[in-house]
Amino acid sequence: MTATMADIGPVLALILVGFLPNEVWRLLGLVLVRGLDEKSQAIIWVRAVATAMLAGVLAQLVLASSGALATIPLGVRIGAAGLGFVAFLIARRSVFVGVVTGEAAVMMGAYAFAP
Amino acid sequence: MSIGPSEHPNRAPGKVFADGMVAALRSVFFYVLLGNYVGIGALAYEFGFSLGWMVLSTLLVWAAPAQVILISTLGTATLVEVALAVTLSSVRFLPMVAALVPMLRREGGRQRDLLLPMHLTAISVWVEGMRLLPARPREQRVAFYNGLGVGLIMAAIIGSAIGFYLAARLPPLFAATLLFFTPLALLMSSARNSRTLLDGLAFGLGLVVGPIVAAQKIGLDLMWTGLIAGTIAYVVHRVREAKAKVTP
Repeated sequence: MTATMADIGPVLALILVGFLPNEVWRLLGLVLVRGLDEKSQAIIWVRAVATAMLAGVLAQLVLASSGALATIPLGVRIGAAGLGFVAFLIARRSVFVGVVTGEAAVMMGAYAFAP
Repeated sequence: MSIGPSEHPNRAPGKVFADGMVAALRSVFFYVLLGNYVGIGALAYEFGFSLGWMVLSTLLVWAAPAQVILISTLGTATLVEVALAVTLSSVRFLPMVAALVPMLRREGGRQRDLLLPMHLTAISVWVEGMRLLPARPREQRVAFYNGLGVGLIMAAIIGSAIGFYLAARLPPLFAATLLFFTPLALLMSSARNSRTLLDGLAFGLGLVVGPIVAAQKIGLDLMWTGLIAGTIAYVVHRVREAKAKVTP
């Protein structure tokens, strides 16, 4: 239980604790959906769950960043995402304009408010 | 709507695959992944992994959050801890693949043909796939999705290679800002793709429920967020549909 990467090497570690615990969810999705068709109520519900989870990922990335992103102040992260979204709306829902604006904002903010 | 040459049901699988790759190049996610993986590549370099390992991790794992966890914890945490953190970060793939597969399946199709699309499924590929697949004839969807997925994975690999070579010259704060590409693209493309009430409601509720669930510190945040927000959105959708049927 106390084994680390040093014991088995980086490639085996990648397969055992990176690939397998990640892939199992994809495989479960494939197996569980056998026999269900696109218009079934179960699939419509599952799609809503998947979409809500994506929003959860987004909220997590912006609000509770870990690792390198956490070095950027929370206010900067929220402000940049907000600015990007406003630019997206102004540019008639152009994802490209929104992403570029948000990224530029987070870069400027990160340097201006660096802790 | 007229059927263009690219929608012809008998189009060769190779051409459909190429169509998918072109769609990847035209997707904002191609550039988002490029930028995001420059950041992840720089991170991998910083933690002492080789470029070969980084590329292999993209091919095998193909999930940015899980890869960031691997890179930043493998050196210090135990393998059991790392596996647990990775698997908790990847629960989203279950409903994503489950919602995708019925769209890809066709009469007489083999289950094993779905293995590659299953593996290629990541947020970027799924979001673009769910948007573009309905316009494709059913016979073409697997090849198209594979092309889309391979195209986007290539962006990630190119990005991580750039990150590796820039790493020594890349200030850490700048590398961190590159990781912000993903939440931005997720926000904007989901807002664009939410054409139905159900999609929009599920996404909006997820944004609200996510932080509330996280604040409870009960663990499995994403799973609960998906189940609670997704189910509320689904129930609202059902109630509205039922009302629409009663009062035409």
